This record gives sequence, C-alpha cells and structure tokens, in this order.
Amino acid sequence: LCLTGHHLIFSSRRQDNAEELWLLHSNIDSIDKRFVGSLGTIIIKCKDLRIIQLDIPGMEECLNIASSIEALSTLDSVTLMYPFFYRPMFEVLEDGWSSFLLEQEFELLSSVTNEWRLSCVNKEFSVCPSYPPVVIVPKSVDDDALRKVALFRHGGRFPVLSYYHKKNGMAMLRSSQPLTGTNGRRCKEDEKLVNATLRSGRRGFVIDTRPLAVAQQARAKGGGFEQEVHYPQWRRIHKYIERFNILQESFIKLVEACNDQSHNMDRWLSKLEASNWLTHIKELLTAACLAAQCIDREGASVLVHGSEGTDSTLQVTSLAQIILDPRCRTIRGFEALIVREWLQAGHPFQQRCAQSAYSNSKQKWEAPVFLLFLECVWQIHRQFPCSFEFNEQFLIMLFEHAYASQFGTFLGNNENERAKLKLPQKTMSLWSWVNRPEELSRFQNPLYEANSLVIWPSVAPQSLQLWEGVFLRWNRPSRFLEEAEEERINIIKYNKELQARVNALRRRLAELEAEDEDEEVQ
Amino acid sequence: VENVRLLDRLSSRRAVVGTLYLTATHVIFVENGSETRKETWVLHSQISSIEKQATTATGCPLLIRCKNFQVIQLVIPQERDCHDVYISLIRLARPVKYEELYCFSFNPKLDKEEREQGWKLVDLNEEYHRMGVPNNYWQISDVNRDYGVCDSYPTEVYVPKSATAHIIVGSSKPPRRRRFPALSYYCKGNNASICRSSQPLSGFSARCLEDEQMLQAIRKANPGSDFIYVVDTRPKLNAMANRAAGKGYENEDNYSNIKFQFIGIENIHVMRNSLQKMLEGNIPLNWKLEKRIDPSVKELKSPSMSDFLWGLENSGWLKHIKAIMDAGIFIAKAVAEEGVSVLVHCSDGWDRTAQVCSVASLLLDPYYRTMKGFMVLIEKDWVSFGHKFNHRYGNLDGDPKEISPVIDQFIECVWQLMEQFPCAFEFNERFLIHIQHHIYSCQFGNFLCNSQKERRELKIKERTYSLWAHLWKNRADYLNPLFRPDHSQSQGTLHPQIAPCNFLYKFWSGMYNRFEKGLHPPPSVTDYLMAVKEETQQLEEELEVLQERLANLQKSQSGNNKVKSKQQDQSKQFGLYTSNNSLANTPQEYSNDLKSFPSRSPSQGDEDSALILTQDNLKSSDPDLSANSDQESGVEDLSCRSPSGGGCLPSEDSGKDSDEAVFLAG
Repeated sequence: LCLTGHHLIFSSRRQDNAEELWLLHSNIDSIDKRFVGSLGTIIIKCKDLRIIQLDIPGMEECLNIASSIEALSTLDSVTLMYPFFYRPMFEVLEDGWSSFLLEQEFELLSSVTNEWRLSCVNKEFSVCPSYPPVVIVPKSVDDDALRKVALFRHGGRFPVLSYYHKKNGMAMLRSSQPLTGTNGRRCKEDEKLVNATLRSGRRGFVIDTRPLAVAQQARAKGGGFEQEVHYPQWRRIHKYIERFNILQESFIKLVEACNDQSHNMDRWLSKLEASNWLTHIKELLTAACLAAQCIDREGASVLVHGSEGTDSTLQVTSLAQIILDPRCRTIRGFEALIVREWLQAGHPFQQRCAQSAYSNSKQKWEAPVFLLFLECVWQIHRQFPCSFEFNEQFLIMLFEHAYASQFGTFLGNNENERAKLKLPQKTMSLWSWVNRPEELSRFQNPLYEANSLVIWPSVAPQSLQLWEGVFLRWNRPSRFLEEAEEERINIIKYNKELQARVNALRRRLAELEAEDEDEEVQ
Repeated sequence: VENVRLLDRLSSRRAVVGTLYLTATHVIFVENGSETRKETWVLHSQISSIEKQATTATGCPLLIRCKNFQVIQLVIPQERDCHDVYISLIRLARPVKYEELYCFSFNPKLDKEEREQGWKLVDLNEEYHRMGVPNNYWQISDVNRDYGVCDSYPTEVYVPKSATAHIIVGSSKPPRRRRFPALSYYCKGNNASICRSSQPLSGFSARCLEDEQMLQAIRKANPGSDFIYVVDTRPKLNAMANRAAGKGYENEDNYSNIKFQFIGIENIHVMRNSLQKMLEGNIPLNWKLEKRIDPSVKELKSPSMSDFLWGLENSGWLKHIKAIMDAGIFIAKAVAEEGVSVLVHCSDGWDRTAQVCSVASLLLDPYYRTMKGFMVLIEKDWVSFGHKFNHRYGNLDGDPKEISPVIDQFIECVWQLMEQFPCAFEFNERFLIHIQHHIYSCQFGNFLCNSQKERRELKIKERTYSLWAHLWKNRADYLNPLFRPDHSQSQGTLHPQIAPCNFLYKFWSGMYNRFEKGLHPPPSVTDYLMAVKEETQQLEEELEVLQERLANLQKSQSGNNKVKSKQQDQSKQFGLYTSNNSLANTPQEYSNDLKSFPSRSPSQGDEDSALILTQDNLKSSDPDLSANSDQESGVEDLSCRSPSGGGCLPSEDSGKDSDEAVFLAG
C-alpha cells in the first residue's frame, strides 16, 4: 500500500504487477475504521460505489493511514485537486476544451434557419452568472430586452434556445422560473421573447417541472409561473420531477439495498421499491417524452423550467434531445450535448457531485441529478440497443468522471467559475482523452446503425430496469456478460472483415476481367 | 358479430372496430377498413377465462384472458350477441373429450412418414445411452412393462442393478411409495446420479424394508460416495403435515447413510395464486374497465412504478422462481462437486420434483442447453415421468384447483439463467415462449394427457403431430447468436449466483407482456445478430466462389499466350461464370442486401409509433405516455420472422386454412 498526494496505490507483491489498484483520493466517499486486537481494518467506500477493505496489522499504523486518507480525500480547495497536477501520458490530438463551442453549434443552426442569433450579452457573466458568455436567442429580441428579461427570471436565467427541431422548425427553450411574486408582476420583454419562438396562430407549451402547488408557493418567495392572462398562447403543464435531498436519499437507499448480501427475494424487492429510485426514473423519462411529443407530434414550441433551471430543467431538455435528435445518439453528439446542456448551461457539478451514496455529510446541494440523467439515457439505450453509437461503458465512464476525475471538465459549477479557475489552461479536458481513437474504441457500440428517426421509449414500469452496470457493478460477477459483449463484437467484426475481403476480391476480379477483355480485343 | 371494438390494453383511446368470428378452433377478430386486414387469432384452448361485464351505453364488454398471457377486451354492441358469444366460448374453451382438441384436427400437410420421423426426433433410449446407461451400476427394469407397478411412469425405467424386481415392487406398493425411485440423470464422470420418486408413505413409525434397500441400492450404484442426499422439495411444515396423514419423509434413523434436506418450494395452489397476483399487479386490469369503455371519461392514471414493484413483491413470484433455482443449484452442486447421488421427491413426485430435476440437469449438462437437448430434457423429466399436463394446464375441462403454472416456472428459470449466462444456451427466448405457448395450445400431441399410458391408449403418435419436429424445422428462428459450442460458457456445469445483489431476478416482460406491443420496442438484438450472422455466412460462401474464380482466371491468363484455342474455351467459361455470379449475388444487389436490413434493423420502425397527444390529454396534465408509446412497425417486423411466417402468434401457421373454418358469426 502506498499513499501519494492524489492516489492510493495497492499493489500485490507479485512480479508481474498484475494486480495493481490505483484509486484517486477524490473518489473516496467515506472511510471506516475497525479494530480486532491489533489488526486494523479500513473500509473505503468510493463514489463509484465500490467498497474496498484493507486489513492493516498494527493499530497505530492503521490509524495513521486512515487519517492520511481522510485528509487527502477531503481537500477543500479546488486548486489542490488532482486535475491541476495531472500530466497526461498521451499525445493530445485535439484540445477538448475547444471541441464543442456554441459558435459551431450556431453555424449548423444558421444553415437551416435565420430566426436565431448569437448574443454576447453575458460576455462578462454580468447578466447571468450561471450562463455561458454566449447564448442563442430569437433574432427579434435585442440585448437590452434580454437584460430586462434576466431581471425577471430567477438567477438571471432568461429563456434561451436549447434545441431546434429541424423537421418542423419547433424550438425547445429553457429558463428558470419567472419572478412574478404574489402580486403577479409581469415583463413585456419576457412575453415577447417566448412568443417570438411561436409560429403565428400556434400554441406553445410551458413544461414546469414542479407540481402546481409548489409553483404557487414559490410566489410567496418572489418566484412563480407564467400566468395564462399574460401568456395566452402558452399552455402550462406541471410535470413533477423530484429534486435535491429526496433524490439523494433515494440514491443512498438504493445503494444500500444493492449492497445487502441477503438471499431473501422479498427483502430485496421491498428495499428496491422503498428506495423509489425507479419511480424517479419513470417520472423523468415521462416528462422528457412529453416535451419531445409536444415538439415532434404537436408541432409546438416548448419552454422548460423548474425553479432555478439548473437541474430538472436540464434533465428534461437533454433527454428530449436524445429522443428527438439522432445526432445526440452519436458519441460526438452526446459529448456536445453534455457540454451544451449541462456544463455550459450551468449545472452545478461541483456541488451536486461532491459526495456520493456513502457519505454522511448530507449537504442539501448534493444530489445525483446527472446520474439520474445518465440512467435515463441507459434505459432508452436498452430499449433501442442499435440506435446509439456509444455503449453502456461510455455512460458509466461519464458517471465516474463527474464524481472523481483526473480531468478538469467537471470541476466548477458553471462557465464563470471555470473561467476564474482557468481550467482550460491549467487542466486537461476529459474530451481530449476520450476522443482519441484508442479510447473511443472501448466506448463504441458494435450494434450501432444510424437511425434518423425519433425514438419513443416505453415508460411502463415493466420496461424499466435497475441499472445493474452501475448499481450491481462491484457485486455481480461480470465475466459472463463481458464474454457475451465480446461475442457480439466478434460477430460484427468478422462480418465487416468478410465484407471488406469480398469487396476487395470483387474489385480485383473486375480488374482482371477487364484486362482479359483488353487482351482479347488486342 | 360485426362492429365489435377491440380495446388496447394499454391505452383507453386506442380501440379498433372489426368483426368477430368464432370457428371450431379459433376466435378471430378482423379489423375493418385497414388495408392489411389485421387479424387476431386466438385458439380456444388458450382461453383461460371469459368475463362478461355490465353493459354500458356503448355496448357489452367481454374480457378474455388467455393462458399465454394475452388479454383481449372486446365491446360488443348488442347484449344478446354478447351473451351468445359468451355462452359459445364457454363451451368451446372447455372441451370434455381429448378428441375435441385442436391437435386431432390440425393438419400441417405432412405425410405419414414425415409424421413418424417427427415423433422419432426425440428418442429417450438414445438419451439414456448418451448419459452412459445401462452400465455396471444401472439397468433397464421391465417391472412397469404393462404400467402394472406405477401407471404414471413410463414402461422403461432405469434402476440400480442391485435393485431386484422384488425390491422395486416392494418399494412401490402401498403403503409405501406410489412412484418408486428411478433414474433421472446419470453423471458419467463420477457415477453420481439424480433419482426421483414420490414421498414415502411412512407416517410416523412405519418402516419399509424394501424401500430402505432401494435407497441403499442407489447409494451402491455410486461407489465413490458413502451416502446419498435425500432432497424433499417441500417446506418442512408441509412435509410434517403429510406425515400426520400417514405419508411423509424418510426417517434418517431408519435409512442408513442418507443426508436429509428440505427445500421449501411451495405447492401448486400457492403457485397458482402467486401467478394470478403477479399478472394482476402487472398491468392492473382493475383499471376501471367501465371508465375505459366510456370514452367520455379521460381520467386514467398510468400504473406507477411502486405499484408495480409492490405487486411483484406481494405476489411472491420471483421468490418462488428463486426457490426452484436454489434447489436445482443445490443438487447440481452435490452431483458435480461432491460426487454424491441425490434422491429428489415432493409429494407425488411429478411437479416440484420435475422442476428441480430438470433445473439441476440443465446446470450440470451442457447438452440440455442445446436446442435438441432441451427438447430431450422436457421429454424426459416432464413428459415421460408423468407430469400431469392435462390437469395442470387445463386442456380438458377439469378441476380448476389442479391448474398450476408448474412448467411455466421451469421455463422462467431457464430464462433467468439465460440472462445470467448469455452465451451458454443454443436457443433464444423465443424458443421458450413458443414452447410455453404450445404446452397450452394443444396443437401438437406432445403434451396431451397426464401420462405415457394415457397417450398410448389415445394413440397420440398415430393421430397427432410432434411439436419438436415443428420447432426443429424452424430452428433458425430459435438460435441464440451468442452461442458457440466451443465457448467456455457452453462447457461444464453452470454456477449461478444466488443472492439478489449478485444477480438480479427480473420480471420476464418478454413472456408476461408479450402481447403488449408498446412495451417492446423494436426487434431485438438477437434478431439483429442472427441477421448479421446469416449475412456472414453468405459472405463466406461468396468469398469462396470469388477466390475460386480468381484462381481460375489467373491460371488461364498465365496460360493465355500458349494456345490460341484455349482462349476461346476460356471466354466461354467466363461467360458461364458471369451468369452464375448474377444468379448468386451481384455487387449492387449485395449492397442492397446490406441496406435491406431495415426490417431487421432494430433502429427502424419508430416513425409511425406516435404518441397520441390530444388537447384533452394535455389539459389533464397527466397524459399517460406509457399507454401510448407503440412501436407497431417494429413488432410487425418481428412477427414476420415468427415460425409461422404469418402473424405474431405461433398458432397462426395452422389455423389459416380457411376451408376448415366454420363461421358462426351472426
């Protein structure tokens, strides 16, 4: 066992070093000590849900090690984190920090429509601290209006374009709640902004991720919702999505159930049910399907928001895009989606992913919001196993890196903080690593066949399953499943090889035949 | 009956209007209007219950539940018609004579020889030889030649060599066992065996010397071990209750060298109720049917996740599946790892014993994980040893208390194992589903009656066809693409995980919801991979042809300059080749071929699967999305590849001979 500044390294004394464990300190969620006589035991519970037990002879040594690990795994300054010290052992082919710029996104958009523009109103993060410097807004709304709208929306998060549905020109916007307060304040510019996204004579839908009662209560605290009188062209739908500590508790309960070694089936099922985790999955997927349905089937524009617009809102908008947009089901497209709808959109990763299911800290800002999103993607992936370019491992990798990583991508809570920390200059981007061909090959789905259609998942309880790949990852024996995956890859690979060989032979044959004919002519 | 509405089980707003026909063998619903004439065929023998509900403004609702888990909800405009249909169906769904069953009228247009060949496909004699018996320890006994000793056993049973006829008869005559211990599986490698019997009729004190000798004989047949396990698959409490009734279990004091083991698998009544509860919890039918029929009522909540999980837990179904699996794992371990022989029994030795013996065999012997081997396994442990198919699956009208999903549970155990060992089985999920279907369909003679004796008396083999031949003929549909005979998972004993946290026992949606098409998005990975494999095979063949052609061409070109006349020959040859080639595959066609996977490509078939979203729906702000998502085209794709080539029901290949259909429609 060896402790370095950022890693816990355990290596068996075998010559070949076959078994070596490298664990990032930042991956450690909690640590327990136990003593039996002079034999000390340290149980390390990780954020990726793994549990490691170390038996250390000698009480004093054990205590020393435990306190070192504890200190090293709870650094309070971001700048001491590993990403600031990590030096990559690979050659950077493409800097991930600039792989997914909103400007490129806008270029694509402007090739199909000219109704939108890039606004730099937030260049200094002055209008909205949690927004990126540039955003896409309706062309007809100028920056002054945006500034006014920002004052009317919680945290300055005015409605911006999240997704444009090329098929019918409908748009999905996201924002935070309007600050109507108890006296029904209104903002003409806000109304104008959202109405600018509507086709004449058509309605739009506001999907509020809070139940009506909660939205009404929010008015007492200065928040609120779009009232029919002021937004006559919009229909409001309340689609409740659970948040914060409820989610975190659910997560903790589920992980506890998954670590229960009992053989009792009833106990397992009742714990699974009591955790409510799958209920949250179902609710979230349903809300996302609804948003997608409004856009694709009803031909309506959609505005999604909850209270702050940094959690459930992003879950809904990003999942709806997975359903609607085939591009988001490619590796690159999915990465772009994460950057656009999560990182740039200001999901506070550092707060939400500070601790995982084993921690006792119970801070109210910790919540597995991103994990829930990834699991929903997995549920859709499971139902459409050939429509995604990436595989389950890709999603698991993102889960791991959101909680503990050598890369700077998921540090900070928004672009503003990332800029202050100078992350792009001082740390390596996850995408620089992932998008190298060597790594990519691990994350490719062998069954992928581009599917240009909208995919409608089933959200019936029978269709949803526990994500074993994450929750039973360290308990279930994975050999047989891995073998099956290998088999799948081999079948496809062999098929492709044969295709290539047959084509090569055909060409060769055609050449020879042509030569032959030439000779004959001569 | 015309203008009948067929309701979609998942969605209140989706109903199709059509005409209902009743024939001698099927209920047929034909949709109006649609160009494809979508039809739903249901065999009478699949109907498990018919329920007539209170008449509403729009008509009279009729609910038909099927044994293959299809649920059909019809609304018939006229009360009188509905009543007639109801009465006719009750009669048709409950035949009283075997001769009324479908298999006696079903004719797949095979001649006599083909029929006989079909029945010979699965040969148990061959199977026992494969296991390695008879040998020095085991022999065929003819004590049951005329079903004289046990009428639910086959005529030929394997017993230890040292068990004389006197011992066998002694151990099987009342007041001892009705079904004497007989060989179920023999492990060639270490001589350990699995034997099966019914419970001993020992009561509290009675001893039976012959029975004790019988068990000694089983032990001696395995010289490597000095004891045998006796596994009683019942919960201990049940076994003790039986003891008070003069039956019971082996007393370890009287039987030397046995180790006794209880494994608590519940009885058929508990299992029947459990299945019923699970199906109710699955998609709650108590979802207020009246509301669904009256279109003015829009309030319809989709079933919640916790209701579903709670229902699953409350039904105890997965717990029972796990109990059966655990018993099988215990026995497989005893045989493979300890080399100890096992005697398995429950009360009668034809339900739980059959489940447990077959699960254990499946774990022990890779042969049973092949398609042919699985047929043999069912034939051996279920059909030949007198599992009461007729009573358990209600083929003839009988005591409803005898009905129980015993073999369904075994089939589900196999599926759970397939989930855990994806490469270990030669067959796929569809194979299991179709076997389950035909256990109830009575389309083939295999599962008729309660014993071999009854089947012989009915002359089943002369009068009906064998399912195994039918499945074998269509085996391409049932292959697991991940299976390779040389794969490590296809070798040796399987060691499944038992704790839920190590392996998830799942709800088998593919079986219990297989008619809820919306729940099963597009064609499965299995089908996709099979298509790829098929294409790979074609490519291999083409590669060979191409290589040969290339070689020929090069050879002739090098010899080109020598003889002039040869050149002409060769050009002739060349012409021949091109025509050959165009027959086989031209490059253009080929790439089309690649692209023409859409029907199999899992990524297709969603465009029309719209979620219907009405304004009303949005108003209620709780649209039941789950109810509407429907990947119809995807499902249809699947059905194209069902063995029938027709619809999604395996039964459909048969009934469509319209000449035999009698239309009773009013």
